[in-house]
Amino acid sequence: MSRREKIWWWLGGALIVVYCLFPIAWIVSLSLKAPSDLNTGGFLPSALSWENYDLILSGGASDLFLPALRNSFGICLIATAISCLLAMFAAYAIARLDFPGKKVILSTALIVAIFPIISIVTPLFNLWRNIGLYDTWPGLIIPYLSLTLPISIWTMSAFFREIPWEMEQAAQVDGATTWQAFRKVIVPLAAPGVFTTAIIAFFIAWNDFLYGISLTSTSAARPVPAAIGLFSGESQFVEPTGAIAAAAVVVTIPVILLVLLFQRRIVAGLTNGAVKG
Amino acid sequence: MASIEIKNIVKQYGDGFPAVNDVSLDIADGEFMILVGPSGCGKSTLLRMIVGLEDITSGDMIIGGKKVNDLAPRDRNLSMVFQNYALYPHMTVFENIAFPLRLAKMPDDEVRRRVTEASDVLELKDHLERKPANLSGGQRQRVAMGRAIVRQAEAFLFDEPLSNLDAKLRGQMRTEISRLQRRLGITTVYVTHDQTEAMTLGDRVCVLRKGKIQQVASPRELYEQPVNLFVAGFIGSPPMNFLPATPKGDRLETPFGEIVLDQKRAAAVAGHDLLLVGIRPEYFEDASLVDEAKRPLGSVFTARVDVTEWLGDSQFAYIPYEAPESIQTHLRELSRELDAEELRTQAIVSIDSTSRIREGREAQFWLDSRKVHVFDPETGDNLTRDAEAGAELTRMATQDRVEQIEEVRAASVGAA
Repeated sequence: MSRREKIWWWLGGALIVVYCLFPIAWIVSLSLKAPSDLNTGGFLPSALSWENYDLILSGGASDLFLPALRNSFGICLIATAISCLLAMFAAYAIARLDFPGKKVILSTALIVAIFPIISIVTPLFNLWRNIGLYDTWPGLIIPYLSLTLPISIWTMSAFFREIPWEMEQAAQVDGATTWQAFRKVIVPLAAPGVFTTAIIAFFIAWNDFLYGISLTSTSAARPVPAAIGLFSGESQFVEPTGAIAAAAVVVTIPVILLVLLFQRRIVAGLTNGAVKG
Repeated sequence: MASIEIKNIVKQYGDGFPAVNDVSLDIADGEFMILVGPSGCGKSTLLRMIVGLEDITSGDMIIGGKKVNDLAPRDRNLSMVFQNYALYPHMTVFENIAFPLRLAKMPDDEVRRRVTEASDVLELKDHLERKPANLSGGQRQRVAMGRAIVRQAEAFLFDEPLSNLDAKLRGQMRTEISRLQRRLGITTVYVTHDQTEAMTLGDRVCVLRKGKIQQVASPRELYEQPVNLFVAGFIGSPPMNFLPATPKGDRLETPFGEIVLDQKRAAAVAGHDLLLVGIRPEYFEDASLVDEAKRPLGSVFTARVDVTEWLGDSQFAYIPYEAPESIQTHLRELSRELDAEELRTQAIVSIDSTSRIREGREAQFWLDSRKVHVFDPETGDNLTRDAEAGAELTRMATQDRVEQIEEVRAASVGAA
């Protein structure tokens, strides 16, 4: 690459980064502004203020935000774990076995994934109230599974397909049962795929707003996005913008941490050297 | 260690295509059996049926006197080396080799002892803690073999284990496999499409074509007494030359002059109008370099040389010839079946490397008529095959093998 080309690439890259990160920077800057500073029109806060963070973590909004944070973590982690486990078995079957109805399962999963949530939220609301799942953790975990399972099955079956079948056959010849071959050879090899899938599934559940706001009413199960929507100012004349921005920053942190933590595992091609390279 | 008996095995796929068709084969205890043939002949399918990775449509698979048709691979106690090695990339070399022992719940110190022993044999000692991704092709190949020899399996199965290595390494590993098999004296079935491997490794070679056995014999018998055109064309490199011939009394008229047959062979070919005579390249020689004593045993002819290839230790000359249309069709069909390039009607002739025969000139060649074979172009059968001489060759090979195995077993008893 010539020097000039390099410069253009850098320039283009920088432009895209700015475009993507600008809203985030804005939120961060908003969260650090004092309420009186909100409408001054400057991008950077005129004085750093931790007031908004105080408000949501220990102040007046904390009894709305902190339980919601706990709910979000609990519900999303459980939903992700269940969906990964189920998707692992389903994807293995789809990638390895030839059974009638394989196409039906895959296309059903796709249809579920593209089905508009808004159309089932109202019936679900009634159903959950009748059977006592309304405003409970399982009441959110189950709908979250319907969001995360389809994409998990699709991504994981793609990963399983990449694993050479000989691995498993070799294990069987070496004396492994089908289950042992799956557990000792296929699962470790599919680990990067499982991690990737888990992260995607976690994001989907973490970002949900519609189910969260419709199927909960108290802090018993209300997740963060729904809680943020319920923030209110100290009086009706004060906007909760600063508190909302601070809450948004707080919920973004775990997502960024997750990606940074696992990006090595995601990228690492663990199958390198399995077969002739 | 065990014998493997294959009885009337058939493998039919869903669409009814028989990949393996009524194959029967006895592999003796300690024998090195090669399955060879062009791609799609069913050799790999047959191997996978032995190990249990492929269902058997009909017939019996008997290993060590026990019918194993319905046993899972892990209950057959066979070990296999895959074409692409199938090493477990998340385990170290040590754990890769130890994997079958771990599955058998063997105690740790026993595992360590056995793996160390296997890695000594295969010169992998320095690499035990490395991951397969960091090994060279040859080392990976040896790890795959280590995993196969580490437990006391009934038999070794190899599925084209050397086809992913470069030519030099392939030669090395070939001798290594041969040495290992002799040393362990264990029954081995080896699938390959490479005939050098087939000829050098096998006690016996089974040539398959479209799912059917053509001939099972020692490499020498295959080479000298092939049962039909297919085997004759498949075994040998450069391949056997097939010339059109018309019989006239005890002579055959060919594009390269007349070939005199002995009485037995003349009787065998009588009654046919058009024949194919099969002559190996080394049965030819530059006429000016033939011993006077040998000269009367063959015939001399003159032909124009198209191309010569000088290789230092040997030299090949290509001589084009005319063939009738019907013969050309047969030859084309044969070369397609053998996965060979389109055979032009030219003979490949091996001459002494000191010969000064030049390209594009006429030259005199001598042809040893004692060992030529005559084939019926319609059926492909070898009309002049001497079954007894062939059987004798295979008997001798078997004798050698039995003696070798006895030596090995005596030595290991002595050592123990």
